[in-house]
Amino acid sequence: MSLNELWFLLIAILFIGFFVLEGFDFGVGTVSRFLGKDDVERRVYINTIGPFWDANEVWLITAGGAMFAAFPHWYATMFSGFYIPLVFMLLALIIRGVAFEFRSKVENPKWRTTWDWAIFIGSFLPPILWGVVLTNFMTGMPIDGNKEMVGGFLQFLHPFALLGGVMFLLLTVVHGLQFITLRTEGELQERARKLAKKLAPITLIAFLAFLGIGWYTTDIFTQHGNAWILLPVFAWLSLLGASVFNVKRFDKRAFTLTSFSIIFLTASIFIGMFPRVMISTLGAANDLTIFSAASGAYTLKLMSYFSLTLLPFVLGYQIWSYYVFRKRLKKSEHLEY
Amino acid sequence: MDILELARLQFASTTIFHYFFVPVSIGLVFIIAIMQTMYVVKKQDIYMKMTKFWGTLFLINFAVGIVTGILQEFQFGMNWSTYSRFVGDVFGPSLAIEGLLAFFMESTFIGIWIFGADRLSKRLHLTSIWLVSIGTILSAFWILSANAFMQNPVGYEFADGRAQMNDFVAILTNPHLWVQFPHVLFSAFATGAFLIAGISAWKLIKKQDVAMFKKSFRVAVVVGTIAAFLVMIFGHSQAQLLIKEQPMKLAAAEALWNTSGDPAPFTLVANIDSEEKTNHFEIQIPYMLSLLSYNKFSGQVEGMNQLQEQYEAKYGPGDYIPPVKTVFWSFRIMVFTGTIMFLLALYGWYASRKGILEQKTRYLKLMLFGISLPFIGNTAGWIMTEMGRQPWVVFGMMKTEDAVSPSVTANEVLFSLISFTTIYTILAGVTIYLFVKHIKKTDQKTESNDKVVDPFDKEANNIVTQ
Repeated sequence: MSLNELWFLLIAILFIGFFVLEGFDFGVGTVSRFLGKDDVERRVYINTIGPFWDANEVWLITAGGAMFAAFPHWYATMFSGFYIPLVFMLLALIIRGVAFEFRSKVENPKWRTTWDWAIFIGSFLPPILWGVVLTNFMTGMPIDGNKEMVGGFLQFLHPFALLGGVMFLLLTVVHGLQFITLRTEGELQERARKLAKKLAPITLIAFLAFLGIGWYTTDIFTQHGNAWILLPVFAWLSLLGASVFNVKRFDKRAFTLTSFSIIFLTASIFIGMFPRVMISTLGAANDLTIFSAASGAYTLKLMSYFSLTLLPFVLGYQIWSYYVFRKRLKKSEHLEY
Repeated sequence: MDILELARLQFASTTIFHYFFVPVSIGLVFIIAIMQTMYVVKKQDIYMKMTKFWGTLFLINFAVGIVTGILQEFQFGMNWSTYSRFVGDVFGPSLAIEGLLAFFMESTFIGIWIFGADRLSKRLHLTSIWLVSIGTILSAFWILSANAFMQNPVGYEFADGRAQMNDFVAILTNPHLWVQFPHVLFSAFATGAFLIAGISAWKLIKKQDVAMFKKSFRVAVVVGTIAAFLVMIFGHSQAQLLIKEQPMKLAAAEALWNTSGDPAPFTLVANIDSEEKTNHFEIQIPYMLSLLSYNKFSGQVEGMNQLQEQYEAKYGPGDYIPPVKTVFWSFRIMVFTGTIMFLLALYGWYASRKGILEQKTRYLKLMLFGISLPFIGNTAGWIMTEMGRQPWVVFGMMKTEDAVSPSVTANEVLFSLISFTTIYTILAGVTIYLFVKHIKKTDQKTESNDKVVDPFDKEANNIVTQ
């Protein structure tokens, strides 16, 4: 495997990690406002992701940094090209991040409601925007000969991309609900299970429609041969399996399968793009590839040493943190920090 | 305004705002880790109370620092895509390693520290706050390795029209990095120290929780004195390095239009005329600039007009003189605040050792206002170093005007500038409100009885709920 391929793989892994991990805390953040009937219940829901959301977000920051280092053109074209969606995403992540911290600091109900809304908007918007971005990765974007994206941001909001946004939101919400079933008990857990059950059909339909249109209009799922179509099919089947396990109260299996659904989906998109990192609709000559977008060999080698040394430690202590907070949360527990 | 001006305004405003919070985080968590260590070693509950009190402020502050930091990383690609393409090879790795090494560590262990108090042993809980502190320090190191490259590019070659890294060791041993990093790090420690000292001083005036705030004050002024002293030392070595690396910045900081005599005098104040390229009025201290630049009472310092000629010969026609007034005055503000901070902290150390601190109400009041000093100094320092580098974004390599994104429109940048300015203004207001609210809270429990409930103890779990 060349270093360019290795770095494409590592960045794909960072994005997959981001979507799986931050995916469930986006989901929890989206539903906590509505699933929790009073302040204490909302606090319990928020605390299910309390110790984790910050570290989950670092997967995105590190993915950004890794793109900057390994594929500067990918980073530059994507971040300047998706300008307006990224402004909205940053605004969402900003209000969400402070809301988790600010919410508990004042007891006034209006104060809490304000930050509950901030958590909702901040958790609801990013998965939609990421769904739109991922869909545009699949369809390609107008990239000119200077590696610049042209044509403004409204072009990203075509119906297929909007479907991608809605589908991705639903997927993270279901994923988040399954996480809640793992971290709570009793009535609070039951409510999440019920909502997941309710949302399962529409999520499955949106997912199927997304895969169908993706298969029909893009080359992503079959880029490297027809057998690769199995990957998005597995993604869909995982979600189906998750909804069955949800009803049967096998919470761990259900959460594992929603995770796999996100992993398979994201992987299938990245594999379909490979060896391109950004597909141009203005001719294949303008595609950014793992070679035309990459840093020099020296940087790639250096970064490989760094990341392959550090990633095991990162994974180790992150897994340990999930082990520390494995116990289910109760309403009677110490909730304010 | 065109896109270049808007993008620069956005970078300046978001970075200055971000940098109100960063040094507070780095400084506070370091001092809090010291306090918690004292708790574990001395086993006195008062140290846990201190850890809790300052920990709350730290967490409010840390949250704002994190969320405003995400924008910083994205901003390079969004507004400065040409820059990102050109130097991504050298600049990107610093950011990626910062994420892998520092951000993962601080974000994971801050979660463990906040929520893990009753799930971990005391030592493990203490370890987690130290790991957060180390994470913030590593983060400062790696982002400064990127900034040091912009000030003094090393370890690269030009290939395929881009700067490509060819010597990582050179980047890590960049002489600029090794004066800038300690200068910035110790100024961050001093910032945290002055915040704690100032708030403690106010509490001591109000006679609230005297025992705890006397101890907090003591820890803070010790850290503050040592840190402020080291800031001056490394600031001085930075000036000496500047005369070799970026003589234009030093000349602008001195408003030195023409090469000085030997020995060179230091200009204390000046009425600068950038149009005529001259100063109408100056107060000077003889020998002082030679001393600052070379550690001896002789030696010439080159002036801006002479440097401009050299640069035109080297880099082609253009204006290579940075905004002189801004650089000159921000340098003076930085040096002035730094010096005052050192003196204030030193006196505080003396007074608290002598046990006469509480009688010195005027000094205590001064310390409350002293909270603003590190913020002014930090901001002035960054303005000096970044404005003094202009017109370059990477010194001698790429000009700022060539670095912006060609595909982004001025309206898009204006939109994001307005959005972020609005949300940052709200954040600033809310943060100050929460700080004041937390600080004003008096601890009823300690005043009514002596038994202190340790909020990190298992038994206290249900007491603190809601």
